[in-house]
Order: sequence, then C-alpha cells, then structure tokens
Amino acid sequence: MKFGVCVFPGSNCDYDTYYVLRDVVGAEVRFLDFRETKIQNVDCVILPGGFSFGDYLRAGALASKTPIAKAIVDFAQKGGFVVGICNGFQILTELHLLPGALLKNENLRFVCKDVYLRVENSSTPFTKKLEKGEVIRMPIAHGEGRFYVPEDELKRLEEKGQILFRYCQEDGSVTKEANPNGSVGNIAGVCNETFNVFGLMPHPERACEDLLGYYDGLLLWYSLISA
Amino acid sequence: MRVRVLITPKEGLLDPEGRAVKEILEDNGYKVKSVRVGKVVELEVDDLSQVKEMVEKFLYNPLIEEYVIE
Repeated sequence: MKFGVCVFPGSNCDYDTYYVLRDVVGAEVRFLDFRETKIQNVDCVILPGGFSFGDYLRAGALASKTPIAKAIVDFAQKGGFVVGICNGFQILTELHLLPGALLKNENLRFVCKDVYLRVENSSTPFTKKLEKGEVIRMPIAHGEGRFYVPEDELKRLEEKGQILFRYCQEDGSVTKEANPNGSVGNIAGVCNETFNVFGLMPHPERACEDLLGYYDGLLLWYSLISA
Repeated sequence: MRVRVLITPKEGLLDPEGRAVKEILEDNGYKVKSVRVGKVVELEVDDLSQVKEMVEKFLYNPLIEEYVIE
C-alpha cells in the first residue's frame, strides 16, 4: 500500500502524517502537491489536518476546488482509498465524496483534548484491525467539527453501516456529555457507500507512539496496509 | 458592476454564533426574536450572467446555507 499525503497551503498535519506512515508504520509514502492534476502510483490518498487556505469561505471549501481535489474525485471513483483527517474530512464533504457538512462547534470553542471513540463497524478496510464496540482513544483539535446530515440521510448512514466511529464515554456509552462538538448521533467518522472514502475529526496520526501516550491510531494504518 | 452575495446559515439549522449574539443583545436589554450570523461576498464583474453559477457552485453550501444576491 503506497500512501500520498496532500499538501495544501495551510495544511499543518501533513508532516506528522508523513512521519507516522514512513517511520512508525514503515510504509511507502510521498507528498502530493495541491497543484498536481493526476494521482499516479498511489493506493491511498490522505488529506491531512490543518487550515487549508486559512479556512476562508468555509472550512475545506477552497481546497475542494483545486486541481488535486478534482484528481481525488476521479481516483476515488476508480476505487482508490481516500482518508480525510479533520480539515481533510471537511474537504471530503465539500467535495461530496462524503455526505453531510462540518459546522462550527455547538459551544463555539476550539476543542483540543482526548476523546473516546466507539467502533461502530469493523468490517471496513479502515477498521478491520478493530472490533465492533471496542473503545479507542485519540486526540481531537478543531473549531468546526459538528457533523451535520439531515435526519433521513442519518438513517441511511446507520442502515448501511457507514458510521465508523462515535464519540463515547470511557465505558463505551454514547452520551451527550461525550459529544465534544454537537455532532448528530455523536458521529466522529463516516465512510462513503462503497467504503473506500473515510473521513474523521480525531487525529489518528497523533496517536501512534508510546511516547505520546497512546497508539490506537496505528490500528487504522495497519487496517489499511492489510486492505 | 458590483454584486453582493449574502450567505446565512439555513433556516432551522442551529447557528451558535447567532445564538451567542442574541444572548448578549438580550443581556443588554434589547428584544430580539432571532439572530443569524452569515457573511457577505462582494464581487465585481462585467458579466452578471455567471454570478448565480459562481454562487451555487463555489460560494455557498446548499446543505447548510441559503443566499441572496443583491
């Protein structure tokens, strides 16, 4: 599995992601510039966290109109894997590769803390090394992470198993208190219908080493490299 | 020609920014039924025919926003 990490003006988790994939996971990885028009020799594209184009207009809106974004749509339609982390998730919804939108946090605060996530579906290429119902821990750091979809769409996502992670308490209970941003259904990460595009607000690349206190994020990368 | 595009959060969608402004206005003794905070995009164009397309394809997100062109 060869990874490509997109770099937009304002991306700031690009090097963290690159480092984790290369030095911790031991995978082949290279950077993709936002001006590139083709994606070649890559099996999985990562849209990293940050503030692409300063979050101007709407978070992810301007990045979704760049040459690489158009190439990513093509790449995803051909079955390539795409993972959007935080700002990358926002870009994927703006690209309509994922449903919904990410709005300002309900409490209007930038939230930077660890959260617990309950695994809702472990039979996807992104979560196969996890177990359904398992609780993992990762950090979040965002001001606009309130996932929103209309109710009928939410039902569809639930029926099709497209919700991969929900914010929960340490014991796995999904409660209002465990919801850091007001997302519908405590949703932290969703997939597309064909399970090759995945977006999440938490940062798996920041949870991959003992030194940082946790490595649950590694399970996502290990799932992908065995996909 | 100058065109103003007013973009606001969709009616019925929770707008925490508007809610915060409303609370402060009320704390200061004003009576307000609702507040929604949006943004203004000013475009200077020669050809008006493309404005609607620019707004619908780029400037607003129909899932969460509504717009008015002035």
